[in-house]
Amino acid sequence: MSSIGTGYDLSASQFSPDGRVFQVEYAQKAIENSGTAIGLRGKNGVVFAMEKLVTSKLYEPGANRRLFGIDRHIGMAVGGLLADARQIVETSRKESSNYRAEYGGDVPLRYLTDRVAGYIHAYTLYSAVRPFGCAVILGSQEPTGPSMYMIDPSGVYYGYKGCAIGKAKQAAKTEMEKLEFSNMNIRELVKEAAKIIYMVHDEVKDKAFELELSWVGEDTNGLHQRVPDDIFAEAETFAKNSLKEDSDSEIDES
Amino acid sequence: MMMGSNLDLYSQHNKSKVSGGMNLPDWVSEKHMTGTSIMAIEFDGGVVLGADTRSTTGAYVANRVADKLTKITDKIYCCRSGSAADTQAIADIVNYHLEFHEVQTGVDPPVKSAAVVFKGLCYQYRDQMSAGILVAGWDKQLGGQIYSIPIGGMINRQKVSIGGSGSSYIYGFVDSQYKDNMTLEESADFVTRALSLAIMRDGSSGGCVRLAIITEAGVERRLITGDKLPKFYEG
Repeated sequence: MSSIGTGYDLSASQFSPDGRVFQVEYAQKAIENSGTAIGLRGKNGVVFAMEKLVTSKLYEPGANRRLFGIDRHIGMAVGGLLADARQIVETSRKESSNYRAEYGGDVPLRYLTDRVAGYIHAYTLYSAVRPFGCAVILGSQEPTGPSMYMIDPSGVYYGYKGCAIGKAKQAAKTEMEKLEFSNMNIRELVKEAAKIIYMVHDEVKDKAFELELSWVGEDTNGLHQRVPDDIFAEAETFAKNSLKEDSDSEIDES
Repeated sequence: MMMGSNLDLYSQHNKSKVSGGMNLPDWVSEKHMTGTSIMAIEFDGGVVLGADTRSTTGAYVANRVADKLTKITDKIYCCRSGSAADTQAIADIVNYHLEFHEVQTGVDPPVKSAAVVFKGLCYQYRDQMSAGILVAGWDKQLGGQIYSIPIGGMINRQKVSIGGSGSSYIYGFVDSQYKDNMTLEESADFVTRALSLAIMRDGSSGGCVRLAIITEAGVERRLITGDKLPKFYEG
């Protein structure tokens, strides 16, 4: 889809004759260039997995992380312009903290998502600013069960069972649809999530990447955290082996 | 905390100014107070709130059947003591906040949230207000809860709590007679007896005893009129 705005795409405060705000659509394009991020909502928790592209061997491992914690019980995965995303993380953290100060408890995810989406939407209304060039996936384990939302640069959000953003999002979604993950617990999900990231990663175009994994669920007592090292290693091995099996089985078919 | 004492610094000033030196009755210039005895108790499955029904301006009983148990949400009520105006105004604001909260989050508001909003107001405006409040209710997460917010705006969760000017006279009774794990009826009876004793001794408390019993099923209101109050040693 390469349509030219021809004069209606210069600021977010303008509609095009066919009712589009081009600046917002261009912002959505910015996310398609970033590494893939997925979120999976299982039976008793939410798992995030990230293909964090490493563009230089000189970076320290773990630099420019793309998985964030908003408060103790909410995790956020981001795709798109990292600097824009960090603004959203900071805003979300402030909202969550204010809620706690005012109401004395954990902010419900739906409420936080609504507030953050409103903030992101505000930047699509004026010519003086540009929309955020990032999409965020929020997840949490609440008393009523796990929940996950994704907000895109237009400020629209939906609740998801599984969602993907970034360059290989279509391939990731196809893989997700094969899984029955609504009934899986986060221990199993973490492995499947790692596998999906390894599968959709394009070896040719992007050489090096770091896998990032985090989760929140009943098993973590409702706390969002990076997946512990041993489970991380287990998931990564599972992912790499699945890839090998698939490529092996291809050879056998001939 | 002592309630119902004369906190109006201007009443002396007003007397001489308005009357030209003559001594007018105090209720001409006194603020409307709820002298009060209030109490709340937690039991397995909910809470019981109780209050007397006397509302005073100085020595005059402005309302002898006042309702000091005010609804905040369907399953959260508060007992009000101190200035009638201050506590009514705060309760209205808290009600507004929580209605909003209910719509935005889509769940029944937790009792703790109501209490924290109360505290926020009571603490921020502590210098201008005279309000001692007991917030009590039921929510799905933690069941029955009581939060005590005395003057100054501290917040404390308690299983049983008393407040108002009449409460001073029943600390001994409550401390000695309170038992854990009472049933609904035992709790209601305990509150009624405690408030009756407070009413007997405190001039700023009187009238009837109102109860509000909050459980998962909803709220039951009871009125025990003065003639039906339990009788104790009257000398």
